[in-house]
Formats: sequence, structure tokens, C-alpha cells
Amino acid sequence: MTEETRAPRDLRPEGPYPPTEEMLAEPVPEDVQKGQRERLRAPWKTPEGWRYWSAVNNSEVGVWYTLTAFGFMLLAGILALLMRLQLAVPDNDILDADRFNQFFTMHGSAMMFLFAVPMFEAFSILILPAFLGARDMPFPRLSAYGYWSFLIGGVFVLGSVLFDAAPKAGWFMYPPLATEELGIGSDIWLLGLSFIEVASIAAAVELIVGTLKCRPPGMRVNMMPLYAWYVLVVGGMILFAFPPLIAGDFLFELERSFDWPFFDATRGGDPLLWQHLFWIFGHPEVYIVFLPSIAIAAMIVPTVAQRPIVGYSWIVLSAVGTGFLSFGLWVHHMFTTGLPTISLGFFSAASEAVVIPTGIQLFAFVATLMVGRVKMSLPMLWISGALAIFVAGGLTGVMLAIVPFNWQVHDTYFIVAHLHYTLFGGMVFPVIAGVYYFFPFIAKRILSERLGRIAFWLVFVGFNVTFFPMHIVGLEGMPRRVFTYPEGAGWGFWNMVSTLGAFVVAAGFAVFVYDLFRPKGHQGIIPRNPWRAGTLEWSHQIPDEAWGVRSIPYITSRYPLWDQEQIVERMDAGRYYLPDAETGERETLVTSVIDARPLHIQPVTGPAWITHVAAGFTGGAFIFPTFHLYPPAIVCAVLAVAAIIYWLWTSTARPPAQRMRDAGLGLRLPTYASGVNAPGWWGVWITMLGDATAFASLVFGFFFYWTARPDFPPEGALHAAPVWVALATGAFALSWGATVAARRVNRDGAEGRAMALLAGGAALTVLGGAAVILSVLALDPVSHVYPALMWALMVWLVAHGGVGLVMQLYCVAGLAAGKLTRDFDADLCNITLFWHFLALTAVTVGAVLGIAPRLFG
Amino acid sequence: MSDILRMSFAIDPSDHCGATRAGHHRARRPGRARRVLPPLLIVALAGCQGRQSVLNPIGEDAVDLATLFWVMLGGAVVLWLLVTGLFIYVTRFRTAEMSRRWAEALIIGGGVVFPATVLAGLLAYSLPLMATQRMAGDGLVVHVTGEQWWWRVVYETPEGARVVSANEIRLPVGERTAFRLTTNQMIHSFWIPALGGKTDMIPGRENVMSLKPIETGVFRGQCAEFCGASHALMAFEVEAMAPEAFEAWLDREAQDAVPPASAAAERGAAIFAAEGCGACHTVRGTDAIGRVGPDLTHVGSRHSIGAGILPNQVEAIADWIQRTEHLKPEVDMPQYDHLSREALLDLGHYLKGLE
Repeated sequence: MTEETRAPRDLRPEGPYPPTEEMLAEPVPEDVQKGQRERLRAPWKTPEGWRYWSAVNNSEVGVWYTLTAFGFMLLAGILALLMRLQLAVPDNDILDADRFNQFFTMHGSAMMFLFAVPMFEAFSILILPAFLGARDMPFPRLSAYGYWSFLIGGVFVLGSVLFDAAPKAGWFMYPPLATEELGIGSDIWLLGLSFIEVASIAAAVELIVGTLKCRPPGMRVNMMPLYAWYVLVVGGMILFAFPPLIAGDFLFELERSFDWPFFDATRGGDPLLWQHLFWIFGHPEVYIVFLPSIAIAAMIVPTVAQRPIVGYSWIVLSAVGTGFLSFGLWVHHMFTTGLPTISLGFFSAASEAVVIPTGIQLFAFVATLMVGRVKMSLPMLWISGALAIFVAGGLTGVMLAIVPFNWQVHDTYFIVAHLHYTLFGGMVFPVIAGVYYFFPFIAKRILSERLGRIAFWLVFVGFNVTFFPMHIVGLEGMPRRVFTYPEGAGWGFWNMVSTLGAFVVAAGFAVFVYDLFRPKGHQGIIPRNPWRAGTLEWSHQIPDEAWGVRSIPYITSRYPLWDQEQIVERMDAGRYYLPDAETGERETLVTSVIDARPLHIQPVTGPAWITHVAAGFTGGAFIFPTFHLYPPAIVCAVLAVAAIIYWLWTSTARPPAQRMRDAGLGLRLPTYASGVNAPGWWGVWITMLGDATAFASLVFGFFFYWTARPDFPPEGALHAAPVWVALATGAFALSWGATVAARRVNRDGAEGRAMALLAGGAALTVLGGAAVILSVLALDPVSHVYPALMWALMVWLVAHGGVGLVMQLYCVAGLAAGKLTRDFDADLCNITLFWHFLALTAVTVGAVLGIAPRLFG
Repeated sequence: MSDILRMSFAIDPSDHCGATRAGHHRARRPGRARRVLPPLLIVALAGCQGRQSVLNPIGEDAVDLATLFWVMLGGAVVLWLLVTGLFIYVTRFRTAEMSRRWAEALIIGGGVVFPATVLAGLLAYSLPLMATQRMAGDGLVVHVTGEQWWWRVVYETPEGARVVSANEIRLPVGERTAFRLTTNQMIHSFWIPALGGKTDMIPGRENVMSLKPIETGVFRGQCAEFCGASHALMAFEVEAMAPEAFEAWLDREAQDAVPPASAAAERGAAIFAAEGCGACHTVRGTDAIGRVGPDLTHVGSRHSIGAGILPNQVEAIADWIQRTEHLKPEVDMPQYDHLSREALLDLGHYLKGLE
């Protein structure tokens, strides 16, 4: 069989690898370089004029994303200033109680969901490909879709403040306060932020796949820049932390919209389930916010010291360790809820244990500075400020993890002080350091040293003036979330000090923002690597080219720009991989997960409007239910699915013209991948891990009620109809079997039989969905939490069955249209993977619906 | 609302910051230093020790926790100085480069060995302090139920007598009193900083804790869990009394209301009945038997009204009834702004007279 008739899955890279020094030293003729540059420039060109907004390249989307998140942060900061004005003097009435409660709810929600997490993702989308010498993220349209979803959701949620309709039950949304809140505030929070959480998960999936599959050849995992390690850890944490919250949101919105009593104690529900689900998300969230900033510091510190980082493996282990530990600490937000002292003691000790990995990371930075020679540059100044503040916040954290002390200061201003010390020191300062450090890379301009120092001292001093006194008023008994306080309490003086400090911080931010946006045209061309750093992002050319790297280098060091001679010149000359764009399309290199051996050439998508359409309709599907407008919501959901199908159909997994192509340095690579080699397969796998986590949270809910409530299931309760449950489980299992079989027979060339199997599977899916609906139809979900949970599991399974059905039909259509063939079967591999998870979900739902109540009841 | 609210805490205007203590009667542990004040932050913290302060402990648990705080604060300050000092030294003063071995020793020593040792010690010292607050009481049980936004209080004596009150807690000094905490609607958190830590009130559950004042005094508690619009206005006064005084007070509290003693009070009682106040409030010994709102049988003898937000004076009571919604946003009680000021003052006289 020749190369052009063999299936891509049977093709292997051909040619020499790794490249020898002689191969690399051979010059590329200037006329060849010129032709390559022109061919490469064409597909990567950024659209101009109004079409600019159709761009999907990480360098554009990353900038929009970063600026939007920063803008939301400034708006949330303005809310904070207004709250400080209200609290400046006792018995003040600038803001009434209702308005104040909206403001503090939105301040916290926006800082967490619209700034801290998106900022990490935005910044990572912007700079991660450059760290990895990649041309772009693996799924650029997904980044764009995520961004537009974030923008729509963020404007919707934050905009509600202007209409006096904002959520006002606190960013933690504890039921019953939030479930019984009149008005649409709580719905805005639940639906708007769920929408954004979905976008956050999408970005996390993309970042993980980018780090695993789009590294340059030779960059084994132990050579990755530390930032990439943190992306993996934080992406993984998002994947497992957000789903419990989404499951909680799902239950919560069902309670608000349809009165299913998950958190209503009078009908068997329990408000504590929400607290558990919220903090299983909420505590890892703190580290999701904090670790990326450590990652930024991990990039700045070696540059400042002009030495490789000391204790690379220790840092990686600590980051992973922090990630794991952070999932075992959530109860320290619930120390006062009356849980048994044994479990309080356990969670207290676990909370203290986080000090160890955090300490290791901190001391590794100090150690790196010790072995090098430090120049106190502007980024380093902000890192120093971060350290001073964060250490103080960490030390108060050690105090708070002590249960009996926590009983005193929990929910007081002491906590407000603590969390701002950790988040300002652990997030805001390092991010600003990162802005100063990476600005020459992002904008090819340099920020002012003088203004930067002014901004630093204003923010640093202002911050401490604002938040240090909060420790004191907290100890003096001032609770959090109070819109006013009486004069006799004696808290007036320190509150006034805090308010004054807040405006100093605001002045510092004003200087920073001015510096960011003032015209810098006079600077001319700046040096290419102004900090003399060692990592790949500083190889980007000046003036900027949209292709990212001219050719994708072969890496043999953690600091290639320090250790690999002539690497930049050779990259510029197109000496390395993918120096050309023969097909006139955007492409990047996909490598193996551990060793980063080149595997295949991956086409990446270019500018598009379909992402806007998809994001808009997805937004509609989430936003209309806020106003209880269900028909338009359903229409939007259908159109969103249609838009996504159109987008996938037209731009992903299309059979290439040539099955093998020259990738440079004599290496020939396949141009198509399916199954485990394809980034799309990894995307599905990682997404489904998150989805399975959300489902596990629902099942956890079942066992939580069963152990925590004596009336679960209630005496004489109706159970799901066993015949229908069995039929549903069987139908889903058979549909799964048909899908797996379809993939197999398709590989044998029996495309017709594969179509028949998939169509039969689709019919079984419909049958299974109908059967599971019928199984619970006799139960009244409003009456008690037990039938409500049965219904919720049914809704979950039916929704996933719907997705599985669309996937089966998509592949039937693909086979019919010749998009999906014997050799090019990536779509079929991906949906089979989804169906593995769906089958597991169906079996679990069957067990919980059909078997568990009879065993435990 | 500001002018009215400013009157709150005017309960003892001469004592702006300090605790209002009746006689500074020390019951137990007289020799124990209540305040261990390390030199740091003394100016900041000692300047204003209010009636709601963790650092002004009057309960057995609170004293231990204040000591714990000062110990931890001392450690934290030392550690902060060490870490930032090291950082400043490394980045500003040092001229020679250090060896990688030293650097790695720093990572292990500073990041693993030192914190593991210190934290193990801290946990061993502190976690046993949980025990006291979860101990059973010496006999008296106080049932507190969180309402929107006030406190329903029922005293249950070891003999089984139940005495209903509201928005104020009185405790015998030297005895450990058990609290049984529940809520009617929302989650609240019951907290008296001067006595000890807080515990949440959660629908569908009953949480327990116990507190033991060691000195007499009047101090303040407040709801610590956000519970809606008027969360900030859900407080209460606490009086720790000598045991004999407490017994006498509880006996009086158990009795029916006294009849109106003046012409104004009599007019007020008539208005109280005519306006249907008894549909929500109980005044034992009269026709008022409502249970929606706070029991008012002895409201006149309380330290404050409106759940710790206004002084217990005739004028303030009149203001409260007239401008309820303004003084406590979204509260269930309607405001009686259709009543004349005279009628409101009459009501004030009546209620103030219910001692």
C-alpha cells in the first residue's frame, strides 16, 4: 500500500529525529526564506477593519480577554469604593441596605468569576503558545467562543447592578436566603455565572490540551517552563472544582424555577448540601486564583536572578500537591456550622498542611535569588510587594485554620482582611508584575519605570492602610457584610482609615491604567528580549508577526535562549519545523505527551463569525430563563447547537489533501490524526472528566441526603418504576454498544453498516430517554427532595442522551457526506469516547433510581 | 435613618468604647491575666476595646481564645519579619552569590521542616480548646431561634420551667450555660465575642454550644452570618449577672406583665389592643398572644429594642413603631405611621412600663 492509501492511523513519522547539530547549522538560502515568509504570512494574517473582530488567534483573543477581565475588575473595584464610602462613618446612609447588599455580592462574584479565574485563562491563552513555541492554541475558535460567551455573560451579570436587579444574597449564595430571594437577582447569578463557568471550563480544556500536545519537539515534561506546569495543575483544578458548583447551580435553579426542594429543610432538603458543593468548588478556587500568580513569579524570578530556577522538581511537586490538598480543605469555610469536632480537627490539620507546599514554592524563589545577582527591576518590585503582603495573609490563614480561633473571627472583618491580603498579595500584585514583565512581549512597547514605581507605592501603601485596620475592627467584633454599624461600637475610626486607604489604592490603579493606555508611539523599536530572559516567548520577532514563531524549534534546555546557541537566528531563518505553509492554511505541530516527539501536523482554524453566533445563542439559552421566558430560551438552545454543529462540520477533522507532508529538517509527518493522537480526542476526554465530576456531585447529593436526613427516602415513598428504569438502562447500553461497533466496522471499510449501526443506536437513545422519563413520571418532584433528586438525575441523563443522539446523527451525516470515512474517523472516535462516559452515566442513574432505594430504604 | 440610629448604643454614652460592667464582679479565675498584651499593636488594639470585642474577653472560652490569638500573633510577627527580612537581605544587601546547596537547604528547611514542626505544636496546643465550647452546660439551657431579624429566646431551667423572652440574653456568672440554636427561616450565626466563638443556626438542624461568663457585665452580641437586608441590624444585649441576681431576674421574667401604671400607659395599652398588635406579639396576662413577633411581656426592662439597635426609651419606641421599615429595611412588622405622635408616645409609655 502506498502512503496515500494507508489510513493516517497507520502512518508513522518518517525521517531523522532528533535533528543533529550539522542539520541545524546548515543555512537556509535567503530566497527560500523569503518565499516561506510570504506563504506563512498569508494564512496567519490578522483580519482588518471591522473583520478584525472575527479574529481567533490567541494573540488577539488573549488581549481582548485580558482587557475585559481587567475592565470587570476595575468595575468591581468601583463597587468596593462605594461600599467603603458607606462604611466610612457609622450610621451612614449613602447606600441603603438593599443597594449595599447588591454591591458586596457583585463585588465578590465579579472579582472571582469575572476577574480572577478568567484573568488566568486570558493571560494563559495570550502567552502559553509563546512559552511552548507553538503557533496558536489547539482550538482557536473555542478560545474565541469562550471569550464572547464571557463578554456576554459578564456584561449581563455585572450590568444588573445598573438596573437595581443584581443578586444580593452574597457571592456564596447560601440557601434558603438565595433560594427564597424575590426578584431575579439570584437567577442572574446562577444562570449568568453558570454560562461563564462553562466558558471557563472550555478554556481550561483548551489550555490543558495545548500544554500536553502542542509543545515544541524535544520539550519533555521536565523541560517545560514552570508556567506550563501551573497551567496543567490549575486547568486540572478547574476541571474538578467547577463541576460541583455547576451541579449545585443545576439543583439550585431547579429549586428556584420549579420549586424542587433540594435545599428546603421543610421538605427533606438540606441547605448544608449547597455549602458543601459550593466550598468543594470554593476552596480549590482560592488556589486556582493563587497558583497562576506563583507561575508568573516563577517566570520573572529566574530572569531577575539571571539563573535557572532552583528546585524545579520541588516546585512542580508542590504545585501538584497544593492542587490535591486544596480539595480536602473545604470544610474550613464551614467550621461554625456545627459539624462534629473530629472532622473539624481533621480539616484544621489539612488546612495547615497547605503551608508546606506553599512554603516550598516561596523559599524556592528566595533560593533562586540567592544564587543569582538581583537587579530590582519594576516587575521584581511588584513581586516583592506581593511577597510581603502574601506572607502576612498566609500567616493570618494559619490562625484561621485553627478551629476555636476561627469560631471567634469567622465572618468578621478579620476574614475580609485575611482574604484580601492573600488575594491582593497572591494574585493582584503578581499579575501586575506580570503585566510589567510581559508588556514588551505583548505590545512591543515598554511601560514607564517612573510611573510604575509611583503606582506601586500608591497601591502598596494604600492597600495596607485599607486592609490592615480590618484585622483590628474584626477582632473588635465587626461582622462582615453589614451595610452600617452603630457609633457606639467604636469601629468608626478604623473604618474611616480603611476608606481613605481605598482611595489611595484607586489612585495607584489610575496611574497604572494611564501608563497602560497612554500613547507610546515615540518609543520606536524596542529590544527583542529586554529582560535577557531564557524562555521561548522572548524569541518572538519585532515588529510582531501573527504567525507567532517563524519555525518551531527543537528544545534541549529549560532556558533555550540562554543555553542553545543561535536558536533565535535559526528560528528566524526557518531552520526548524513547519517553516512554511504549503497548503495556505494555519497549522501547528502536535507532539507526544511525555517526550514531545513530533506526531503530526495539525490544521488550526482561522477567523470566523460562527463563534459569535454560537456564543450569542448560547447566551440566550442561559439568559432568557432568568426572566422565566422558556420558549425563546429553547429556540436559542436549538440554534446554538445548530451553530456549533455548523462550525464543527465546516472546520474540524476534514480529510486533508495529502496524508503525509514535509515538516522541515527532513521529517515527514501525517496530516491527520484520530483517536488518542488527536487533540480533539483529548479535548473530549478532559471535558468528560469534568462532566463526570458534576454527575458524581449529584450522586454525592443522593448519599448526602441518605446519611444526613432520617426521612430520605420518606416513609412509603413512591420509587421509580423498575421496568422503565431497566428498559432505559438497557437501551442506553445497547446504543453504546452500537456506537462502539460502528467505529469498528467502519475501520474495516463497512461504512454502510456503520451508518446502520449508528442510526439504530440513535433510535435506542430516543427509546432510553423516553423510558427514563416514564420511570419517574409518577413521582411528584415538588413534594419532597427524594422524588426531586430522582427527577434531577433523569433530567441529567436525558440531557446527556440528547447530546449523544446529536453526536450519533452527526456521524451518520458525516458518513453519508464523505466527511467521515474508513481512514478519516476522528469524529467517530471522539463520539465513542463521549458514549463511554454516557453509558457509565446511564448505568449509574439506573442503579441509583432502580436499586439504591430498595437496598437502603 | 442616621439621626435615629445614632441614638443606638447610647445605652451608656459615657463609655464610648469600654465595656459597661456592672461592678466588675469576678467570679472565677480571679488571678488569671485576662489580657496578655505583647508590645506589638498595643496602641492599635488597646485603644478601643469595645463591648463586642474578641480582645475584651469576659467568658472562659473567650479568655483562652484571646490568649491563643496573642500567642499566634507574636509568632506571626516574628515569622513575617524573618521572611521579609531574608528577602530584603537577598535582594538588596548581599553581594556574593551563594551555593546551590545552601539554597536547596533553605527550601527543605524553610519549606518543610520548620513549618511542619511549628504547625504540629500549634495544632496540639489549640485543637483541645474546642472542647469547652462543646461541653454540656451546668443546668440552664437557653433556646435561641433566629428570626428575620431578631432573636426568640427561651430559658429552660433544670427544673423544666420555660421562660419566654426575646432579643436579650442574661446569664449567671460562673456557670456554663448550654445554648440550643435553631432558626425559623434563614441561616444566622449566634455570636457573643466577649464570651466565646459563634455557632450557626441552620434550618432543619439544632446546633449546640455552651458559654461561661466569668465576670458580670453588659456586652453585645450580633448575627454573624449574612441573612438578608437587615443583617447589620440584628444584634442583642447580653448581661452576665451574679447567680442570685440572675435567679431573681428569671423569676420576675417568668411572671405576667404588670398593668399600665400611668394615664399615658393606659392609653397606650388601649391603642396596642385596638391596632391589633397582639396578633403578632405576646404580652402575658393580656389578650395579646401572637407569636409571630418578639414577646413583649417584659420589654420595658430590656437594655435595647429592635434587636439591639435602639435604646430602650419612650421616644425611641415611638420612633420604632412609626418608622419600622426605615429603621430595619424589609422587616415583617408594618410601620404604624398613620398614628399620631401622641399615640405613638403613649404606646412608648405603655411598652416602656412593661418591666
